[in-house]
Amino acid sequence: MTDKTKITLTVNGTGHAIDVAPRKTLADALREDCGLTGTHLGCEHGVCGACTITVDGAPVRSCLMFAVQAEGADIRTVEGLANGPDLSPLQQFFIEEHALQCGFCTPGFLMLIDGTLKQSPDITDDELTEILSSNLCRCTGYRNIIRAARRALDHARTTTEPAA
Amino acid sequence: MRPFDFVRPTSVDEALAAWEDGAAWLGGGTNLVDLMKTGAVAPTRLIDLSRLPGMRGIEVLADGSTRIGALVGNSELANDPDFAGNFPMVAEAILSGASGQIRNAATVAGNVMQHPREAWFHGPASDPLAGDTGKLAVLGTDGAPAAVNPSDFCVPLVALGAVVEIVGPDGTRDIPVADLHRMPTADDPRHTTLTPGELILALRLPPEAAGFAAHSRYLKVRDRTSFAFALTSAAACMRIEDGKIAEARLTLGAVAPRPWRVAEAEDLLKGQTPGPEVFATAAELALDGARAVGGNDWKIDLARRTALRALDMAAAGTPAEMPALPASVFGTQRKEPAHA
Repeated sequence: MTDKTKITLTVNGTGHAIDVAPRKTLADALREDCGLTGTHLGCEHGVCGACTITVDGAPVRSCLMFAVQAEGADIRTVEGLANGPDLSPLQQFFIEEHALQCGFCTPGFLMLIDGTLKQSPDITDDELTEILSSNLCRCTGYRNIIRAARRALDHARTTTEPAA
Repeated sequence: MRPFDFVRPTSVDEALAAWEDGAAWLGGGTNLVDLMKTGAVAPTRLIDLSRLPGMRGIEVLADGSTRIGALVGNSELANDPDFAGNFPMVAEAILSGASGQIRNAATVAGNVMQHPREAWFHGPASDPLAGDTGKLAVLGTDGAPAAVNPSDFCVPLVALGAVVEIVGPDGTRDIPVADLHRMPTADDPRHTTLTPGELILALRLPPEAAGFAAHSRYLKVRDRTSFAFALTSAAACMRIEDGKIAEARLTLGAVAPRPWRVAEAEDLLKGQTPGPEVFATAAELALDGARAVGGNDWKIDLARRTALRALDMAAAGTPAEMPALPASVFGTQRKEPAHA
C-alpha cells in the first residue's frame, strides 16, 4: 500500500507542503493538514454541497476528491474570499440579506456562488435557482441566499469596485 | 476507507502495465470515491488517469465523426458551443444529471462507467426487493429484479449510435455504447461488458448523428426537478423532411440495466407525419414486454408517457437556448424554437 505521500496543495495562492495518505479526501486534507477549517463537511457523499470549493476556477465537491488529485491545481476556499478584515462583496451581501443563520452551509454556498460569478455572471434567475439547488440549507429557506447571490452577480457585472 | 496503492501513469502503455487484479481506474472520482467510502468497492490499487496525454480533446475527425476524449469533463462537453449545437439532446442530458459541482469534476468515461445506484446502496449481497423497488428495471431483465443504468448521458448516446473506443492488453477495439452495459448475474457481477484491465480512450458519435440537431430532446422525470436520478427518461430525435419524419430515434432511460433503444418504434415513425396519434403508438411499442417488479407498475405507464412527451417535444423543435432547468417538463420558459 502507498503510505503517506508528500504533496503540495496550492490553496488561495499559498503552497501547503503536506504528507497525506492517498485515501485522504481533499476536504479532510484542507481541514486537518492545511489547517483551513472554513471548508465544512456535511454528508461526505456529494449530496449536501457544504464542502464546495473551487479547483481551477470550477466549483467542486471536495469530499468526492482525493487530496492527491488536486496536486498542481489552483484551489480556492472560503478563507480566500476576504481581503484581511475586508469582506468580499458576496460575503457582505450575505450579511445584508440575512443569507445565513447557523452558518454551516455558508462556506459551500459562498464558494459555489463565487465560482459562478467568475464563470457565468450573466445567468438568469431561473438558472441561478438551478445552480443553487445543488447545496442544502436548513435554516434560510433559500430566498435570502438567492437575493444575496443575485446582488453579487449584478455587482460583478456592473462594477469592479468592492461593495460599500 | 481501505488503504490502496496510488499510481499516476503518464502514458496509456504505462497505465495498462499498472493494471492488476483488484485495481480501479480513477477519472474524476465523483462516483468511485463515494463507492469506496461506503465500502461497496475496495480497490487495492488506484490508477489515476489524469496525467494521460491526448484524452481531453473534443474533435471532428476526417470522416465527420465527433470524438470526445475519455477525460473531457461533463460540464466542459455540455457547454462546448459546437458540441451542444450539433448534439443538443446530449448536452441537455448531461446538464440534467447530478449537480454542477459533480459535473465539473466528472469525466465522460466515468459517466458511462458509473455504477447502478440501488445495487451499491443496498450492498452487493442484499436482496434488491428489500429496498426501494420503485426504481428497479421493468425491461431487459426477464422479470428478475435489477437496478437500472443511472446515466442520463448514455441515453442520447445510444439513440445516436455512439461507440466507445477501448484499449486493453490485446490492443484496441470499438463497441457501441448500446452494448456496453449489462445486467450483473450471480456468476458475473460486471455491470459492463468491458474486461477488467480495459480502458476507455474516447467516445465517438457517427457523422450522421448531427443530422438530428433541429429536432432533438432529452426529457427526464425525477422525484424533484433538480439533482436527482431519473425515474424515467427518454431521448427522442428526428429528421423532418417535407413535413414527414425521414428518420427517428427513441431511447428510454432508467427502465432497464442499459439504455433501452426501441428500433420497432423508430421504424414505425419513419415516413409518418408527426402527430400525437403516431407518437402514442410509438410510445406504446417502446414499452412492449415491460414487466413490473416489486410493485413498480407505475414506472411502465410513466415511461410510456415520457416517451410520448419526448417525441412531441422533439417534433416541436430544439429550443434556441438550453432551458434553465434542462430536460425537465417544468423548464417551460422556452424561447422561440430555432428550427420550428
